[in-house]
Amino acid sequence: MKNSLLKDDTDRVDGIDKVTGKAKYFAEYQLPGITYGVLVPSTITKGTITGIDSKAAERAPGVLAVVSHLNRPEVKGYEASNTKPVPNGTLKIFYTDKIAFNGQPVAMVVADTYERAVYAAALVKVSYNKEIHATDFDENISKAKPPRNPSSAFYVRGEAEAYKNSAVTIEQEYILPTETHNPMELHGMLAHWDTENRVTVYAKTQGVKATQNTISSTFMIPMENVQVNSEFVGGGFGMALRTWPVEIAVVMAAKKVKRPVKLVITRDQMFTLVGHRPHAWQKIGLGADQDGVLKGITHHAIGQTSSYEDFTENIVNMTKFMYKSPNVNTSYKILPLDVGTPIWMRGPGEATGAFALESAMDEMAHALKMDPIAFRLKNYAETDPEKNRPFSSKYVDEAYKLGADKLGWSKRKNEPRQNKEGQWLVGYGMSTGVFSAGRGKATVRGVWYADGRLLLQSASSDIGPGTGTGMVQVAHGVLGVPVNKITFELGDSSLPPAPSQGGSATMSTVGSAVHDACTALKNNLAELAANSGMSVTDPIAEILKKNNLPSIEVTKESSPGNDQSKYSMYSFSIHFVEVKVHELTGVVKVSKIVSVGDSGKIVSPKTARSQMVGGAVGGIGMALTEESVIDHRYGKFINNNFADYHVPVNADVPDIDVIFINKPDPYTNPMGAKGMGEIALIGFSAAVANAVFNATGKRIRTLPITPDKILS
Amino acid sequence: MINFQYIRTTTSKAAVDSLGKDKTAKFIAGGTNLVDLMKRGVTAPEKLIDINNVPLKQIELKGNILHIGALATNAAVAEHAVVKQRFPLLSQALNAGASAQLRNMATVGGNMMQRTRCGYFYDITMPCNKREPGTGCGAKEGYNRMHAIFGTSEACIAVHPSDMCIALAALDAQVVIMNPKGERKISFVDFHRLPGATPEKDNNLQANEMIIRVEIPLNTLAENSYYLKVRDRASYAFALVSVAAGLELKSNRIIKVRLAMGGVAHKPWRLTEAEAFLTGKDATEVNFKLASEIALKGSKSFGQNNFKLKLAPNSIIEALNQAKSKA
Ligand SMILES: Cc1cc2nc3c(=O)[nH]c(=O)nc-3n(C[C@H](O)[C@H](O)[C@H](O)COP(=O)(O)OP(=O)(O)OC[C@H]3O[C@@H](n4cnc5c(N)ncnc54)[C@H](O)[C@@H]3O)c2cc1C
Repeated sequence: MKNSLLKDDTDRVDGIDKVTGKAKYFAEYQLPGITYGVLVPSTITKGTITGIDSKAAERAPGVLAVVSHLNRPEVKGYEASNTKPVPNGTLKIFYTDKIAFNGQPVAMVVADTYERAVYAAALVKVSYNKEIHATDFDENISKAKPPRNPSSAFYVRGEAEAYKNSAVTIEQEYILPTETHNPMELHGMLAHWDTENRVTVYAKTQGVKATQNTISSTFMIPMENVQVNSEFVGGGFGMALRTWPVEIAVVMAAKKVKRPVKLVITRDQMFTLVGHRPHAWQKIGLGADQDGVLKGITHHAIGQTSSYEDFTENIVNMTKFMYKSPNVNTSYKILPLDVGTPIWMRGPGEATGAFALESAMDEMAHALKMDPIAFRLKNYAETDPEKNRPFSSKYVDEAYKLGADKLGWSKRKNEPRQNKEGQWLVGYGMSTGVFSAGRGKATVRGVWYADGRLLLQSASSDIGPGTGTGMVQVAHGVLGVPVNKITFELGDSSLPPAPSQGGSATMSTVGSAVHDACTALKNNLAELAANSGMSVTDPIAEILKKNNLPSIEVTKESSPGNDQSKYSMYSFSIHFVEVKVHELTGVVKVSKIVSVGDSGKIVSPKTARSQMVGGAVGGIGMALTEESVIDHRYGKFINNNFADYHVPVNADVPDIDVIFINKPDPYTNPMGAKGMGEIALIGFSAAVANAVFNATGKRIRTLPITPDKILS
Repeated sequence: MINFQYIRTTTSKAAVDSLGKDKTAKFIAGGTNLVDLMKRGVTAPEKLIDINNVPLKQIELKGNILHIGALATNAAVAEHAVVKQRFPLLSQALNAGASAQLRNMATVGGNMMQRTRCGYFYDITMPCNKREPGTGCGAKEGYNRMHAIFGTSEACIAVHPSDMCIALAALDAQVVIMNPKGERKISFVDFHRLPGATPEKDNNLQANEMIIRVEIPLNTLAENSYYLKVRDRASYAFALVSVAAGLELKSNRIIKVRLAMGGVAHKPWRLTEAEAFLTGKDATEVNFKLASEIALKGSKSFGQNNFKLKLAPNSIIEALNQAKSKA
């Protein structure tokens, strides 16, 4: 790919729309005859509903319906067999009298104004038969079980638990509490049945096609009868990667009242109804010889799930290939608890796993009296030791050096507590992050008009990273059309198909399709030019005029080739931080950050940098502030609001230096790009924990690192 | 719908008069606390008396006493030149609270009257003696990381969340209150209450009374004062522990000292014994440490807030260190 792809000054194509309020989010849509839904949440954590007294609510002014399992309209997919078409384990909303978690919707009140719906919801009286619930991870840990898919459960290379036989060993447990995604925008949906058999929804989703598919299969209506609109999304971080039962409830309620129904859930409901990063326990064993050569790595993990669904993620995967130990074994189990089903949260299981592995690597380096970077380089995997094949590209060694120089790593002393500024202990830490550089299949329609404008369309999403901005730059790179003449349309299920925005794969997947569509347009134009005795360098207006065409158009599906099976494709990140820890108060401040991205060619420098910055901010949250607390006596979240659930604020975030290796990967896709959304966060929390150790000599293995833990 | 009456008053007398006639009436000032509590169903006043047009926004030095009207906003007080210069402790405490947007709306009276942030108080499905006397205390054996270590009772271990009030307690402020009979004045440290058997009462303001203003006498502490707020994130978080410290030093001798703590009790916690100990002594680490030990006498923790038994004395030392080094 030519360097012309790099155009540092390209702003977000939708930046002005976003800051001026022109960009419209699902909750801002109004339809004639609109009504408002408000949920009645379960106040018990486990048991059965014995009665719903909705008489007062139904009589309240403006109320159209109180939808519950007692009176829901027919949902054909719910009645069909257990596994098809509604995925196994999905909580069928308003389906039975069973309560599986605290806050589970028992009913939805629909009224002509939001305020009336809120009031009427408070009038609904629900009685329950309470059963003993289990929400406490530690108390129930013995009930952990291997996930249904056994391939993710166990892995052995060489000998299991071999670390124990080494000269130097580390064996430690690491705990991550439940975290809640908490994007600024609340979840919900606006749904309207245009006919008996056709529904339009305005959604908050990371995948319009996925939402379309779920609604289509749940209500058993054809895909083309479901129109999903989601042009702008106010943050997702993974929580909008599935169509949640509450969304189905909205579509159901709209069917019942035969009017548009809008539901916007409340902040406390964001903790229970739309997933979370699951609580996880991990144990790492590392064994090395005196020279720092790793002989064995063992990584066991247990992640929490719900009682009704197996949620799994890749907590132990990085351990299998990051370092070239001859002996590696991992295990992964899940622990069902009486909570809602978790969902991937940015950097998903990999971020959880990297916290443990990269903390343990730091602990081992310290035990060996080695510099943590030197120790990692000693065990550097040039090729993928798990799959025994080359990496498509990997410049982690170079990234270590760049990041170390930028941070001033030389100031770090290997012994902790050596740097002090007044009452502040200063420490330095680093860590590695890695995430699969996946690519899927997508289709893009491109129309190139005689006046030079280029329109590109695909049912992709933009939860914030700047999808359109990136795509426009890919197209510009291929065709040379000025970026301000290119429009990329997304967030509409009627557009050509694209996968959901998740797993850092949008640039690779949709970008490739944009690339291929633009290449096809270029070839078509060249052909037209040749046929009419002109040259490709002639203006498009003239070529099309000569051919009597207003525009040229292609629709191109693009899939990964078989390089995916020949190479291991990963994006890497290296995080460096300086922290200051107050000796008396235990306050931890991250005072410097350098994040290095080894993610192939950088297609859109501004938005790429923003990804890394956002990841670092999320990483500060994971490391220092974020924790969703349940009072296990009630099974209920107790800090379920923005005052008590602490996402980092500006004052917690120092200037963030972002460095990109920016070398194209020869195999991932035509742009040579690799994904970035996840690596931006993966490993970050370990860098902070390692820096805190370097500052204080105190190793904190339970996140978040709050002042009480420093002082204890 | 939960209907309520909304009226606006332009004089404090009218405001107090309209209170008197209605037991469930409430003043609304900035609304930053009251509206949240109404939305959450914690409180449901039948009448809201908007007092924002009552002319009580003054911030002025009258002789040796600074008068601050009950409706002066937190932002206006924090940024006022006289406050910054003569009472930097108050300015620092205010700026350590909430967010810029909230401080623009929040008033002095509302800040004093804000209710605890205890999660059990806010969640109407949970037990809470403060919200619903007799239902029990959810926090005592629950999530009590933020809770009190001083002056707790069987019924309640909540803390008063204000930062401003900690500084005012340290600065020997007085509260001027109006009721149908006239005005009365009480010392700031006597305004808020300990929970005892009646945690539903946060303070000693009577149902027919209104806060008119706060008065702070000029002092000799301005040069050496510091408000330390220890919290889970750098801004927009309530205090785990906070300390308002003011010193008058001659060479290194402590002529006068004022200390109050936040995040540790149901009311701003003035450290009079520690003050008495330090007065006349040298401002040394050793004396600060001894004072912090005296201050912790009678403390009691409830599990998740055990760390406060260490954080509190450490914070006293740090605040005194900072106050001392200001000179
Ligand atoms: C997210 C968040 C974070 C916050 N963080 C902090 C923090 O870190 N530190 C901190 O100190 N505070 C914090 N606050 C609280 C904030 O300081 C208070 O909400 C504010 O001071 C209340 O003032 P107000 O004028 O808005 O009161 P209102 O909400 O209008 O009223 C509160 C109460 O005071 C009564 N009242 C008001 N004026 C008078 C009067 N003159 N006489 C008698 N009664 C009166 C009202 O009837 C009502 O009961 C935070 C608030 C929020 C929402």
